[in-house]
Amino acid sequence: MKPRPAYRVFRVVALTVVVLTLIAPLIWMIAASFKTNVDIYDPGKALVFSPTLANYAKVLQQANYVEFILNSLWVAFAATVASLILGLPAAYSMSRFNMRKSALVVLMARVIPGVSLLVPWFYVFSNLKMVGGFGVLIISHMFVSLPLVVYIMMGYFDSLPAELEEAALVDGLTHIGAFRRITLPLSMPGIATAGILSFIFSWNNFMFALVLSDAGTKTLPVAIFDFVGYASIDWGGLMAATTVVTLPIMVIALFVQKYVVSGLTAGATKG
Amino acid sequence: MATITTKAARGTPTAPGTPGWVRWVDDHRKWLFAAPAMTFVAALLVFPLAWTGYLSLTDAEGSVRAESEFVGLQNYLDVLSDTARFWPAVGRTAAFTGVALLFEVVLGMAIALLLWRPFKAQKWVRVAILLPLVATPVAVGMMWRLIFDPNIGLANQLLGWFGIGPQPWLAGQHTALPTTIFIDVWQWTPMVALILLAGLTSLSDEPQEAARIDGASTWQRFRHVTLPLLAPTLTVAILLRGIDALKTFDILYATKGRGGGSFHEVETLNVYAYGLSFDYNEYGVSSTVLILFFLIIIGAMWALTARRKEAQR
Repeated sequence: MKPRPAYRVFRVVALTVVVLTLIAPLIWMIAASFKTNVDIYDPGKALVFSPTLANYAKVLQQANYVEFILNSLWVAFAATVASLILGLPAAYSMSRFNMRKSALVVLMARVIPGVSLLVPWFYVFSNLKMVGGFGVLIISHMFVSLPLVVYIMMGYFDSLPAELEEAALVDGLTHIGAFRRITLPLSMPGIATAGILSFIFSWNNFMFALVLSDAGTKTLPVAIFDFVGYASIDWGGLMAATTVVTLPIMVIALFVQKYVVSGLTAGATKG
Repeated sequence: MATITTKAARGTPTAPGTPGWVRWVDDHRKWLFAAPAMTFVAALLVFPLAWTGYLSLTDAEGSVRAESEFVGLQNYLDVLSDTARFWPAVGRTAAFTGVALLFEVVLGMAIALLLWRPFKAQKWVRVAILLPLVATPVAVGMMWRLIFDPNIGLANQLLGWFGIGPQPWLAGQHTALPTTIFIDVWQWTPMVALILLAGLTSLSDEPQEAARIDGASTWQRFRHVTLPLLAPTLTVAILLRGIDALKTFDILYATKGRGGGSFHEVETLNVYAYGLSFDYNEYGVSSTVLILFFLIIIGAMWALTARRKEAQR
């Protein structure tokens, strides 16, 4: 059935407002990153201005952002891979053996406020001389991404029929073999979803790195604050820095849109 | 065939000549698979949480290595009678979460309904919806800080076109919290919309058609057919979003800095506890605040899931 014409007009108007509200601020941020600070202060140059790369030059050269980009990439990548290695078998067991109580323990990590763990973590890891290193950052980010992997993959394994594995057992494979050669290859879309979401959440994480990193291991979200002084803010530099953090993740998300959406909505339709 | 399958499902290795240790691993895969992840989470969660619980009963402060004394429930008495910082923070946490969640659910539902039936440009709208919610929250906070700047920000320029005077936004003592709520709504309404859209798309068309044939109006169909069928998804969306809204930290820290601003305008429980721990090193008191905060979260979750079970009955 086709919606009535009046509704279709309403839908176009309403969705245009929604899209503009969501996109305009991001465009404003990116535009400001190409302006001089004088132009940012000038309302007449809101959209028409002579673009400059000075802010990016400042961010990438003076502020050591290349190093912070590499830090963020390394921490997010390592936390994602480690979470998949630990999370995939766990999610499989919890799905196939219906270990809902064990799953609850892992999912508690998603509920608890990070601050309530940070003081004990800080104490233990500083005694182990790990604070300020990559190890502790990766471990803390895994604390976010591992529950995510388990949550998404449990739903995915639940939806895979057990008959496929049973057929493989009949063909002489062990259970582990069936998991490795049948279940995992069939789960690639789910693994991609879990991996991408885990990467995004780790890339965006702020609080753990705020406490547990140092000048050498700082990740991008913490490094943004380098542009906020006590007296004044270097808006051009700040907007270039925020663009450097957000743009890559938004571009990646567009290319793998399907996976991001299925990860964010995982578990929503089962009730 | 059937018997073999049953045997296999019970965990008896089917291949003859399998080495013993492989058989052992195979038979114990349930816990061998789950143990590494569970040990990891337990080590980082259960033990620190117990420690935080212990710290909340001591006067620990200053350095994490300093000696501390057991003070019993004194911290709890102090915190619960603290009307200067603790209770206002509870109020702000409740207001922030309640108002943000209300807007996110209502607007998210509206957007999901608009996107429900396929149309030509739908793909592009969905792309636009995805962008805010993958953007780094700290960066989002900074972006809005520029837009809401009282002197040079776009927001006041826009108001000027409509003849409305400039507003202080994040800089105002009473406007800061509503402004941060707006930022949260901007970033997370898309998430609620996507979850509800997934729920709507999974609904079958038949009840809708039946109601239409019975002459139900659009509103009646939404209220009495779509909404009840969508209730489980709605609960999941509220639960997921509500927990994260209670714990909001990044955008508050990015827009107002330490302590939620000079008048603690946006100091929620999470921001308060963070400040106590890492700005003032009041570990005993901060642990008390965190344990109370944790109980509030568990209570809110319990209330929601209890209502959901009731609704299902």
